[in-house]
Amino acid sequence: MSLAQAAPGYADVTAQEVIFLLMGLAAVGSAVLVVTTKNVVHAALWLVVTLASVAGSYLMLTAEFVAWVQVLIYIGSIVVLLLFGIMLTKAPIGGTAGLDSENRVAAGVVATALGATLVTLVIDAFRHAYIDLEDFEAAGAEATGRSIFQSWVLPFEVVSVLLLAALIGSIVLSRRDEEGR
Amino acid sequence: MHLVYPTVLAALLFSIGVYGVLARRNAVLVLMSIEIMLNAVNINLIAFNAWIQDTLLAGQIFALFVIAVAAAEVGVGLAIVLLIYRTRESIDIDTLNELGDSASPARSTAARAAGPAEARVR
Repeated sequence: MSLAQAAPGYADVTAQEVIFLLMGLAAVGSAVLVVTTKNVVHAALWLVVTLASVAGSYLMLTAEFVAWVQVLIYIGSIVVLLLFGIMLTKAPIGGTAGLDSENRVAAGVVATALGATLVTLVIDAFRHAYIDLEDFEAAGAEATGRSIFQSWVLPFEVVSVLLLAALIGSIVLSRRDEEGR
Repeated sequence: MHLVYPTVLAALLFSIGVYGVLARRNAVLVLMSIEIMLNAVNINLIAFNAWIQDTLLAGQIFALFVIAVAAAEVGVGLAIVLLIYRTRESIDIDTLNELGDSASPARSTAARAAGPAEARVR
């Protein structure tokens, strides 16, 4: 078990850590741009960069199937849905000043406090924890698929029912009635 | 890999998402910020899955479920946003305050001082 092993120090950096840190830097930078840019469409496009970097960090954490699902579902469909939402609500495409509300200072204070608290707590709690990726090579797509269809079949089917319900719900919500209601 | 790296990344992404939810007034941008927060949670799930070396891969499966639920949430959320746009011609969250109290405390205290009759007229 890797929990009991002595973790390597922070000075000897592995290649996975370097790639993960670069991905994390890209993710954080583009996420900041998502929440600060003045252009709605640019926000959606920066969100693509964030999601792709997060998918890359999943790859570094041995979750390759989740990474590709992230690329397919998030980048492939959710961002497209958001772009459709931007288009259908006729949001101003050019740069506009009115995208931030007046309480952005309070929001910044809250987010900074939350981030500082969480980072301090996490560093304090997991300073000595080490993920032993060498022993954990079995977690490819094959292992994930076997786990889904052996241990998690019932939740998997329930999720499909949830998706069906959400599909029907969004169709019912967004269709125009014939009576012109 | 040290567990600190993914968890710190997740904490930073989560607080960026919190800032976006609080500071943006366009409803579609709020939905984007919620997606960032859900991604932060997914990073945590996958990092802890690799840390405890779960044989059931519970963290990865939970991340898949979170992605599926996020897809459902975005679908229903955008339908609601479109409905609001159709009835209000605006998706500015700050102006959708019909269910809330009056925005300025001075006006609401004045209305309360004026008594229930005038409040009913208003």
